[in-house]
Amino acid sequence: MPEYKTPTSQKDIDHAFEQLKPYMNPTMAYYESSRCLFCYDAPCVQACPTNIDIPLFIRQINTDNIAGAAKTIYDSNYFGNICGKVCPTEVLCEGACVFNHQNVKPIEIGRLQSFATNTIIEKNKKLYKLAENNGKKIAVIGAGPAGISCACELRLLGYNVNIYEAKEHSSGLALYGCAPYKVTNEDVMQEMDYLQNQFGFNVKYNSRIDTEEKLKELENKYDAIFLGIGLGNTRSLNIAGGNLNNCIGATEYIEQIKLNPINVKIGKKIIVIGGGNTAMDAASESARLGANKVTLAYRRSKEEMGAYDFEYELAKAVGVKGMFNVSPVAILGNEEVEGVHFIKTKTENGKVVNITGSDFKLECNTVILATGQSKKTDLLSKINNLKFDKKGKILVDENTLQTSNPKYFAGGDAMNGGAEVVNAAAEGKKAARGIHSFLI
Amino acid sequence: MPDISANLAGIKSPNPFWLASAPPTNSGYQVMKAFDAGWGGAVWKTLGVPTINTSSRYAAVNYRSNRMVGFNNIELITDRPLADNLREIEEVKKYFPDHAVVASLMVESRAEWHQIVKDAENAGADGLELNFGCPHGMCERGMGSAVGQEPDVLKTIVGWVKEVATKPVIVKLTPNISDITVPAVAAAEGHADAISLINTIQSLVGVDLNSFVPYPIVDGKSTNGGYCGPAVKPIALNMVKNCAQHNGVNIPISGIGGIENWRDAVEHMLLGASNVQVCTAAMHYGFGIVREMIPGLENYMREKGFQKLDDLIGKALPNVKTWENLNLKYNVKAHINADKCIGCQLCYTACDDGAHQAIALPTNDSRIPEIIEDNCVGCNLCSLVCPVEECITMVRKDDGQQHETWKEYMANGKAPTSFNDDRAGGKGHWVPEPAAALKK
Ligand SMILES: Cc1cc2nc3c(=O)[nH]c(=O)nc-3n(C[C@H](O)[C@H](O)[C@H](O)COP(=O)(O)OP(=O)(O)OC[C@H]3O[C@@H](n4cnc5c(N)ncnc54)[C@H](O)[C@@H]3O)c2cc1C
Ligand SMILES: Cc1cc2nc3c(=O)[nH]c(=O)nc-3n(C[C@H](O)[C@H](O)[C@H](O)COP(=O)(O)O)c2cc1C
Ligand code: SF4
Ligand code: SF4
Ligand code: SF4
Repeated sequence: MPEYKTPTSQKDIDHAFEQLKPYMNPTMAYYESSRCLFCYDAPCVQACPTNIDIPLFIRQINTDNIAGAAKTIYDSNYFGNICGKVCPTEVLCEGACVFNHQNVKPIEIGRLQSFATNTIIEKNKKLYKLAENNGKKIAVIGAGPAGISCACELRLLGYNVNIYEAKEHSSGLALYGCAPYKVTNEDVMQEMDYLQNQFGFNVKYNSRIDTEEKLKELENKYDAIFLGIGLGNTRSLNIAGGNLNNCIGATEYIEQIKLNPINVKIGKKIIVIGGGNTAMDAASESARLGANKVTLAYRRSKEEMGAYDFEYELAKAVGVKGMFNVSPVAILGNEEVEGVHFIKTKTENGKVVNITGSDFKLECNTVILATGQSKKTDLLSKINNLKFDKKGKILVDENTLQTSNPKYFAGGDAMNGGAEVVNAAAEGKKAARGIHSFLI
Repeated sequence: MPDISANLAGIKSPNPFWLASAPPTNSGYQVMKAFDAGWGGAVWKTLGVPTINTSSRYAAVNYRSNRMVGFNNIELITDRPLADNLREIEEVKKYFPDHAVVASLMVESRAEWHQIVKDAENAGADGLELNFGCPHGMCERGMGSAVGQEPDVLKTIVGWVKEVATKPVIVKLTPNISDITVPAVAAAEGHADAISLINTIQSLVGVDLNSFVPYPIVDGKSTNGGYCGPAVKPIALNMVKNCAQHNGVNIPISGIGGIENWRDAVEHMLLGASNVQVCTAAMHYGFGIVREMIPGLENYMREKGFQKLDDLIGKALPNVKTWENLNLKYNVKAHINADKCIGCQLCYTACDDGAHQAIALPTNDSRIPEIIEDNCVGCNLCSLVCPVEECITMVRKDDGQQHETWKEYMANGKAPTSFNDDRAGGKGHWVPEPAAALKK
């Protein structure tokens, strides 16, 4: 099991966050692309939420038409390089590759995808010619995968697009969330610059849209508005001790790691509460940054975890220990976290019940809550007539992604409740098409 | 232990694996190294008036990740003085008296032929091979394939050689001719002791798309080369078979063309070759490949119960007929093994686009196609494109009782004779309406 020490230099960070899917060199890409069968109605394509024509782009790589391959990818998915690196390909395209049925390693679709797109990004090769300006103006709220994808597609169709982004950078959780050993910040920023150069949308950074006035202003100025605002902060657990120092939400914790890994204070003994992919990421990243003991605590069984198997395997591989059927009762400590009071649980008729008298305490100095992100219902309720469900997911027409307020369209985590970058990319593009059919 | 010693028209060798006259037999050092590795014989790089070779001589066809599936050269005969070669032949024979060393020869006048035959025999050559095959360079000067393409000239030169030769004379044939048996018969009529085939096939293996010059490039220009390597084996096998089956060619055959392992060698021998010669594979992988060839052949002979090579030489010849003698009543149909199918649907698209619309996509979501037996003509295409071994098999459907050939059809008046003859084999065979192709 690899031992990670507390990083003190960029070199240590590079080691801790060594890329899981490093770029292929041209020879590797050539060999790997040679293996693809060029399946008919290929199952890998069906499994990709953006339906990239995978056999086609792989064949283009194989004939050394890398720009053609990149175009095939971007035609379906503007986050071509980032997706190649961060998509859970095991359960998407690669998981559907026919080679799995033969117990042969599936084609490394994600890496081939990144190979093609990154090659073209590095050359800053222009692939698109935008339609003539049609005089219509669209506001996009949120420069995450959904918002950026929507903006690219709209620009292609000839719209003027202004993106309002609360933070300093675009790409949303691709930058602030996705695990650093999957994609580097440079990779993300380069693809964002590439798209910006190519499609020429405007991003207004540090511009949070959070009041009725600002919304009204947008409504007056623009012909349509796309909501790509993602999700909110980590939901709090209503238990004692939740406000102690060193009890922190996973997304907020990961954001710090992503922005400044060297200066994040990493506890030595960490308990991560939750069983989703974010919990796995928070645990893995902690272990890689030198935490001695990282325990994942989940209230149901291992089999019931929401996280993908391979994400749990990744965490285990860096020393994370899983603890199942345990529920936190209170977080212990005076000012600083000192431990967690747990009770054991069992599942009865699908419901988690506590086993009385099974309480125990586990010592730690940091608690990371990976108990899901909240929905941005505050903002949503300020929009006239905008309907969202009980969980805070924006309701849309499934073909156009238009909301109950016809001026507004929505996609990404804010609409799907929280999925992957690739879903947000697909929905952003789809919404742009919806806007186009609404306005033209 | 089966006996794999070989005898080609009196030239004996411990095994049937010879190196063909080519760069691997350019020097005594190489031939000794090859014998030491296990090769049974070597045909020395063609001797004659030494030439001057170009720089940049080879080019190749790569197929996807496989390199050199076809190989092309514009090299001529030896560029080393005759005396050096003769001295080295003598030395090799001292170390390896039981191995076959054959001198390949190419000169012009009768006097030169007489001289070089005597020189080679004096140096200890076990046989002589007359190079009437080289299809580039030498033929421009009236030698090589220029001789192989003129049966009368060929016969005359063989006569000159036989005037002085005491050792067996092999005539090496060029495949750059429409009927290989014509020069083969000429060789036999000229009293050659054996023939060897094939030499290389005239070719251009590719063109540099940027400089517009075919490969290999010699200072911005190119010339046709000779094609060899795995890609040419099928052509060689057919020519070997044609010679072996021809009544006028009653002399032994040394098989050459696309041999790189024991299986290729056995195929040549089953079709009538008494031994085999190898060039490209030795140039690709070195002499070590013979370590796979010898035990491979021995194992095959043991499994089949063959004691000596004569037991297998020509064994496939009775099974090669003219088309008109094939049984038209034999009827196979494709069968898909659903347990093995991986759902690539290549068989579907191959049959629908490239054959007889006899495979249907599944109506459930299994992705396993179905054979429409009524439409299947038993062409094999699907079984050839299927990436899974033994997944699509061709199953016999006739009862095996009937046997009727085209020849018999003709004799019995059952063969179609006019354009719209009711007896057409495909009459009534269902094909979709043309416009069905446009329905999506
Ligand atoms: C820790 C973590 C790890 C993840 N790892 C992966 C992974 O490995 N692979 C993967 O495919 N997916 C991963 N995801 C999920 C993925 O990042 C999201 O599904 C995707 O980013 C959603 O895109 P989005 O555009 O809908 O929202 P976001 O990416 O959240 O982007 C929303 C943007 O809107 C801005 N914004 C929000 N409100 C406002 C406002 N009021 N005014 C202006 N701007 C606003 C935000 O600042 C942000 O930039 C991960 C998520 C997390 C939390
Ligand atoms: C199954 C099959 C049938 C063919 N029938 C014909 C034919 O009827 N007429 C013809 O001119 N060539 C025929 N050809 C030859 C092809 O047109 C072509 O010249 C040859 O296959 C070489 O091209 P390739 O290397 O792309 O296959 C046939 C080829 C195949 C494979
Ligand atoms: S976008 Fe993601 S799921 Fe789709 S093909 Fe690329 S790597 Fe696979
Ligand atoms: S399923 Fe696999 S082999 Fe088939 S086209 Fe997709 S990547 Fe290629
Ligand atoms: S080609 Fe073979 S594996 Fe592919 S769908 Fe057809 S039967 Fe199945």
